[in-house]
Amino acid sequence: MEKANTDTAEVLIDCQSVWKVFGDRSGEAIRAITERGLSKQQVLQDYNCVVGVSDATLQVRRGEIFCIMGLSGSGKSTLIRLLNRLIEPSLGKVLVKGQDIATLDAAALRQMRARHIGMVFQSVALLPQRTVLENAAFGLEVQGVSRDERNRAAEAALAKVGLSDWTARYPSELSGGMQQRVGLARALTSDPEIILMDEPFSALDPLIRRQLQDEFRQLTKDLGKSAVFITHDLDEAIRIGDRIAIMKDGVIIQTGTAEEIVMDPADQYVADFVAGISRLHLIKAHSVMIPAAEWQGAVDGLPRCSPEADIDALIGQITETGSDAVAIAEGDAVVGIVTIRNLLSGVRGDAAPAPAAAA
Amino acid sequence: MSLPTEFSPGAFLAPAIDWLNANFHPIFALITRVIEAVLGAIEGALLALPPFALIGLAVLAALVAINLRAAILAGCCLGFCWLSGLWTGSMQTIALVAVAVAISVAIAFPLGILAARRPAIEAALRPVLDIMQTVPPWVYLIPAVMIFSLGRVPAIIATIVYGIPPMLRLTTLAFRGVPKDLKELGQAIGAKPRTILWKIEFPAATPTLLVGLNQCILLSLAMVVLAGLVGAGGLGAEVTRGLTRMEMGLGLRAGLAIVAVALLLDRVSRGALEKGRR
Repeated sequence: MEKANTDTAEVLIDCQSVWKVFGDRSGEAIRAITERGLSKQQVLQDYNCVVGVSDATLQVRRGEIFCIMGLSGSGKSTLIRLLNRLIEPSLGKVLVKGQDIATLDAAALRQMRARHIGMVFQSVALLPQRTVLENAAFGLEVQGVSRDERNRAAEAALAKVGLSDWTARYPSELSGGMQQRVGLARALTSDPEIILMDEPFSALDPLIRRQLQDEFRQLTKDLGKSAVFITHDLDEAIRIGDRIAIMKDGVIIQTGTAEEIVMDPADQYVADFVAGISRLHLIKAHSVMIPAAEWQGAVDGLPRCSPEADIDALIGQITETGSDAVAIAEGDAVVGIVTIRNLLSGVRGDAAPAPAAAA
Repeated sequence: MSLPTEFSPGAFLAPAIDWLNANFHPIFALITRVIEAVLGAIEGALLALPPFALIGLAVLAALVAINLRAAILAGCCLGFCWLSGLWTGSMQTIALVAVAVAISVAIAFPLGILAARRPAIEAALRPVLDIMQTVPPWVYLIPAVMIFSLGRVPAIIATIVYGIPPMLRLTTLAFRGVPKDLKELGQAIGAKPRTILWKIEFPAATPTLLVGLNQCILLSLAMVVLAGLVGAGGLGAEVTRGLTRMEMGLGLRAGLAIVAVALLLDRVSRGALEKGRR
């Protein structure tokens, strides 16, 4: 996997084989893992080192929301802190906008964090003695921006998250969901290209969480920001992420779109995870269709859908028209057929039978 | 008959202090002069106005800076000091405590922050603080008097030694207690370490710091009174006089005046600092 930024959008964060092992003998421990394949538990026993992240490689492109999903202790919080060097990597390189952040001196690193990388925390981390407006403006205040200018930027950011009426309140007067909106507004105020989200919605109740997920995705796309989003909830990762990386014991097991992960889990661990996920909106027609030649009936009379239509839409077509199959068409050309049988296996998460469909 | 191995620190300390006196006398003289000058200035300012005018000013200041309750309290405390005939002594004591607390905080605050950041420094400081707090305060007075002779300066020095430990310990505790995510926030938005200290850590640590300041003030006050024994003047001198002459009335009056001064310093300092936070 070489850097392929010619055919796709620019790579903003390029994380190359990054390791973080906590402990005095981290160097030896990494060698033991790479050369002798020691497990996390063995490393803890033999070297008294805790493996946070091992050999993580990932790339975040401009305009993309990249989710890192893992259970607690999987190293996802360590990984996100390696991206803005809140934690120093033991080995490996992190490039942000093409610059190796390990080589930055203290002042340059502060500049990089202040200008290009925003961060939102699970605990929100609002300053209790400051108003909502002062909290949102805090990033710019620290950069030495004048009061008028930073308040204007903070007001604009608060308006984006729907908190215009709350600027003079204190954080303690806000609900959890509103506090997290302030956290997001604070990150947006300095207008960074990249936003790191460390489990921002985990502590919220399900309804609010869902609402914030949708708003966050919409806002990020509208503003053209890139985001790295940490979560322990696969549903959330699927809802929000353009691409998802699944972590276990400090290792990234699989990276791909939600559809790729659900259709083709890399191992049993991922398979168990995706087992309970509803495929209805996840799997697209092109993944379950069969070539038109394998369909014995007439193609012309069938209802038509695009290859990007999801299973839910296909089921809608079939139940409405009473037809046994749907023709998948790109423009005028029919590229495949989805039968009821294909739909059923799609709902179960199986790909199209016999010849694999174009991915 | 004492043992041949009997431990006698005085045998080493007394010559050490003599040596210090012989070789560093100009430095000690300078310290004495500076402290005397500052004390004299504060005392002079407090005693320049007639008592009722100063009480009026203090009440007004408390009303503007804090609230009505603090203003009433200030009026009552100072009024008591005046009516009990101990005005001069009370003002002298307030000046002594103010100078001692200012110096204690100036030493303890930075050291406390340092100790919160570096466990090694805290480990080194802890036994020293333990000794400073457990040795009876009278004992500090001996070397202080040997070096600075009788008067207000040895009293201040002994008071500082006594006031530093609570302030230092609580400063360390306060800065340890700042939530980790707030500090992380500061780093993540690219704040300078100094900005993180003053805009994030200090406000978050303030409640505990106020407890430290409060302890520092009250313990310093207790020590300043004790220092009446070495001629520090103020209310301590009145208490000492009451004790040596067995005058119950004078002792009680001076004791109550001390309570009044303690209340005044504690509530006003706390009120002003809490008001400043919000």
